[in-house]
Amino acid sequence: MKVAVVQFPGSNCDRDTVHVLKNSLKLDAKLIWHNEFNEAYDAVVLPGGFSFGDHLRAGIIAAHSPATKAVRKMAAEGKPVLGICNGFQILIEAGLLPGALLRNTTLKFVCKWTNLQVEANNTAFTCAIEKGSKVRMPIAHNEGRYFADDEQLDRLETAGRIVMKYVDENPTGTSRGIAAISNEDGNVVGMMPHPERASDPALGGVDGMKIFESMLEWTKC
Amino acid sequence: MLVGDIETTLTPEEVAYARKQLGREPNALEWSMIDAEWSEHCSYKSSKPIIAQLPTTSPRVLLGPGYDSGVIDIGDGYILTLHIESHNHPSAIEPYGGAATGIGGVVRDILCMGTTPIALMDALKFGDITKSDHSKWIMKNVVRGIADYGNCIGVPTVAGEIEFDECFERNCLVDVACLGLGRKDRLLLAEATCPGDSIFLIGGSTGRDGIHGVTFASRTLAADTEQERSAVQIPDPFTKKLIIEATLEAAETGIVRGCKDLGGGGLTTGLSEIADKGATGVEIYLEEIPIREPDMSPIEIMISESQERMLLVIKQGQEGVLQDIMQKYGVAWARIGQVNSTGMITVTRFAKPLAYLPTSFVANAPIIQRETRSPQTPKNDFESPMPRDLEKVVLDLLGSPTIASKEWVFSQYDHEVGIRTVAKPGQADAAVLSLPNGKLAAIKVDGNALLGYLDPYLGGASVLAECCRNVVAVGAEPVAMLDHCQFGDPNDPEIFWAFSMAVKGMAEFAKALSLPCVGGKVSFYNQDGVTGKAIKSSPVVAVLGLVERPEHVTKMAFRDEETVIVVGTTKRELGGSEYYHSMGVSGLSPPALDFELEKRTQVGVLDCIRGGYVTACHDCAKGGLVVALAEMAIASAKGASLDLRSVAADAMRDDELLFSESNSRFILTTDKPDRLLKKLAEHGIPAAIAGTVEGSELSLTLREHRLRWDLASTRDAYLNSLQRILEPWQK
Repeated sequence: MKVAVVQFPGSNCDRDTVHVLKNSLKLDAKLIWHNEFNEAYDAVVLPGGFSFGDHLRAGIIAAHSPATKAVRKMAAEGKPVLGICNGFQILIEAGLLPGALLRNTTLKFVCKWTNLQVEANNTAFTCAIEKGSKVRMPIAHNEGRYFADDEQLDRLETAGRIVMKYVDENPTGTSRGIAAISNEDGNVVGMMPHPERASDPALGGVDGMKIFESMLEWTKC
Repeated sequence: MLVGDIETTLTPEEVAYARKQLGREPNALEWSMIDAEWSEHCSYKSSKPIIAQLPTTSPRVLLGPGYDSGVIDIGDGYILTLHIESHNHPSAIEPYGGAATGIGGVVRDILCMGTTPIALMDALKFGDITKSDHSKWIMKNVVRGIADYGNCIGVPTVAGEIEFDECFERNCLVDVACLGLGRKDRLLLAEATCPGDSIFLIGGSTGRDGIHGVTFASRTLAADTEQERSAVQIPDPFTKKLIIEATLEAAETGIVRGCKDLGGGGLTTGLSEIADKGATGVEIYLEEIPIREPDMSPIEIMISESQERMLLVIKQGQEGVLQDIMQKYGVAWARIGQVNSTGMITVTRFAKPLAYLPTSFVANAPIIQRETRSPQTPKNDFESPMPRDLEKVVLDLLGSPTIASKEWVFSQYDHEVGIRTVAKPGQADAAVLSLPNGKLAAIKVDGNALLGYLDPYLGGASVLAECCRNVVAVGAEPVAMLDHCQFGDPNDPEIFWAFSMAVKGMAEFAKALSLPCVGGKVSFYNQDGVTGKAIKSSPVVAVLGLVERPEHVTKMAFRDEETVIVVGTTKRELGGSEYYHSMGVSGLSPPALDFELEKRTQVGVLDCIRGGYVTACHDCAKGGLVVALAEMAIASAKGASLDLRSVAADAMRDDELLFSESNSRFILTTDKPDRLLKKLAEHGIPAAIAGTVEGSELSLTLREHRLRWDLASTRDAYLNSLQRILEPWQK
């Protein structure tokens, strides 16, 4: 399976993500400069970082770039699309996922390991994880406070589109502890935690690997 | 002094020397260039002979001081680069931009060697935040400046240290160090060696920000510092991120002959140094330099310190390749000159010559000798009263800003990006980063202004000893150091004496350890223009260590049922301790440092770690034994019951035993106590069993006291204190 990791100007988790996909999962993963990206891949990851310096608003410039048009096509074709951190912000700004990512309630950048519960496993990035299981991954962001109105949140809950919630502590003050959501078909997932940073026991855990393994599983069925 | 109508920081002797050397009267542009390059900040004109005492070579050192970064060979074709910078004056006035551009500067020093920045560290010193709102404001904005910049460029901030003392109220210190990783065959130097090569300026345009930055850093802060904001540069981390990517991609293609970052002194410094080092000359076309404002004068262009600019020397005929790479990343570029063989720096505008100076003359300021005088010291030492409630004193100390957990700070730094941070902030005595050849880098910065104030020689040596202990504690062998000396006005003979003694202390201890110093920085004039008060002597050091194998990495958290061993002898040495500092006094007798014992202890403990006898290790320093033990308990959320009567110590009161900051001590835990003690004894190191890890409280038995703390209260005092002081409204 061919996976593209899109590199926008200002992306900074791009190489980390490619490293895990390529060297830990042995996938055919490539770093693709945003101008050279097209929909001819089996899956795409929008990595973390500060695309276009987060100018105007986090993720918004990348969301209106030609690369995101190709992402949109892949999403419509049902291919796995993962947005991590800044990638999640881009998917939200592009309207591929609902809601908004606001400034953390602490009004500060927060970098720490978090405890999460997998709330849905009918998605391309959690299908290999048991529903209700606890996983640990780090977060690192300033604008990751997921927000939507109650009506929207109820709809997401009912449709099983809340993919992961923070447990024990809600470090950024998100609505209902949300850390990751999906689109209706489950092939597009946005998450604030960094799975690529939790893919090596020496770095503190390997739960992130399950996110990428799910992607492989999903494309097999 | 005033030369013509140009206000300079040059002395009458320097002006006379310049006239004599040139044999003519320099014009205004030339005087400005000489002034910038000969500032204390750029030229080290009075510190050079002193810092020459530091050892600089070892089999691993490829390049030592004198380049943008020190270069260490770590084998298998890889190199690490290391550099430290400070941005004290700018941060005192505009803390957010000052700190951020400090990071920007040190990252460029790593980048211009052709290496990728992989870790940042910061050593910060602020006024007393429990009393001063100004210092709170400075601290919050310095931290936010470092966070916003470092996080955006994707370089993890992995280690640091912070001290608080009222002497830093108007002169905060912001030191930032950066570690780079690259391949030996791709190392770039800041040298223009081949006439005919093109000189490119890439990145940001040249504006009026940062004008006179170096001369501003080479005098004391005036009363009305608000007016000096224009000497502080404006940070732009997004542009920096693109410059990093573009420069490394260009370096990879092999078209880059030399590379130089533009920092202090701007184009003048950058150009004269690459030509002087390369034994060539340069001609610069001022009209080609992209400027932010149309009416900038040649002087302003040549000394502007606008951020996010790099000089690249591109091989003749390869200019197109560079242009394509810059195009890809959207980085602005301009071909601003050419290398020649004249030995001169020539500045022209539309072919009209404006300045014409020998590069070696500009790049090498005349050395000046300064007067030194040792100060009078008071005779009577402080006798502290025995506190009534030792348990409370310990909790208060755990919550004091210098000792309390810095989680409030490091949780704002992305310390995970790059996925190599094996030992993260708060987990171990030093940060540990994995390297591509299977080894790991351990890195730490340390300072101790309280000791430096009491005895600059001992302070310098002890800071280095402590930093090395931190690196040893994680299982690494120290391989290189950086020094950073921060003092008041060097024209004051007592201050220059303190500087000389601090360097001597560092140099002699470094020699005893055979530890090379691969770079450093000197920052003078950290003195308040209003009160005339200088900061306490504040040498800061960074130490890089190498961990040979991943299984050697050792953190500080206790593990259940293991044995706690105290290594070293505790002496009655409370001068300069945090305990005394909490009472507002410094005392007179700082901890002695036995170089031979210290070295033996470090070598022995490292041998035990490598032998697999040690499960957790922590250096015992600020706050003494009790703070070190509490930190290990807090890191693991496990208690311990310990008896300190068996620990090697001089006869002294219980509080003195707890808080003395004697050198050459570690706390270890082990599941093989007998074998570990035997091994330590073989190395001739005093060590004793203190007890075991158990339960949910920390209990200490002393000669006259039994002390107990439940973990919840120690954790609360230690972990939440900074937040309570800085953001009382949160939680």
